[in-house]
Amino acid sequence: MTMFLKLLPVLIIMLVLVSVALFLIPNETLIKYIGEGSGIKGWVTAALIGSIALIPGFIAYPLCGILIDNGVAYSVIAVFITTLMMTGFLTLPVEVKFFGWKVSVIRNLASLVAALFIGLIMGFFL
Amino acid sequence: MKKIQKYIFPIVFLILIGLSYLFDFAAGEKIGINFWMFFKEMILFLPLMFILIGLFDVWVPRERIQKHIGQESGWKGTGLVILLATLQAGPLYGAFPFAYILWKKGCSIRNVFIYLGAFSTIKIPMLTFEIGFLGLKFSLLRTLITLPIFILIGYLMEWYLKDKDFEVKQP
Repeated sequence: MTMFLKLLPVLIIMLVLVSVALFLIPNETLIKYIGEGSGIKGWVTAALIGSIALIPGFIAYPLCGILIDNGVAYSVIAVFITTLMMTGFLTLPVEVKFFGWKVSVIRNLASLVAALFIGLIMGFFL
Repeated sequence: MKKIQKYIFPIVFLILIGLSYLFDFAAGEKIGINFWMFFKEMILFLPLMFILIGLFDVWVPRERIQKHIGQESGWKGTGLVILLATLQAGPLYGAFPFAYILWKKGCSIRNVFIYLGAFSTIKIPMLTFEIGFLGLKFSLLRTLITLPIFILIGYLMEWYLKDKDFEVKQP
């Protein structure tokens, strides 16, 4: 329980940053940048935006459902969803408390590369 | 005094959100709604997670962890750690404390990172959700492709960290 209380201030700061980030990137903007015909730029944008915060599945999946309905490619969605769940630059302060800076950054970068790779393979199938 | 200092930023934030509501400032209200949504999730999941960690710490002996998901555990250990991760729920930052307790009990570096990978991307309770929104084909494909990649990341992390006295710290 003391671990929880020690983490609480960092967690709250993280939640504040995530709330502001989510507000700054509304769905319409997302669709514009990663929508149909966005090509490589769409991939990079999806990966970058997805990497900002760690968003849990029950928010990420409905959001991706909306994006698919608006013509975003499945491979881009795969990149987006994987980075949303795996990499979070705003959540780094929490991760650092456990793993230290170096390992946290490496884990996030490795996940970012993995996400792009997953998107690439998904692109072949869908 | 130091304790209060840590909370200054959140307190200022809450005051700003409160003012936004008072003066009908739409941007502030929206951010407030977002924050409340994330906060609810945290308050719902984290205490549960910490109770689980507490019980795990007391009930599961170190030898057992070491034997099943430790250094010498091989593929069976990997399978076990993935099963453990996929049956849990909650956001990834909830998994960090659990990763700490696993590591403390003798889980191998590889399995700690495989645990984090599996926890974030292929939780079974969430899979039903994914199928609902994105379809069975997408979900199955994504799971099947993601699985080996995160196992690979686990191996790479272990290979990179094995002689760098890596540790998971208690915050």
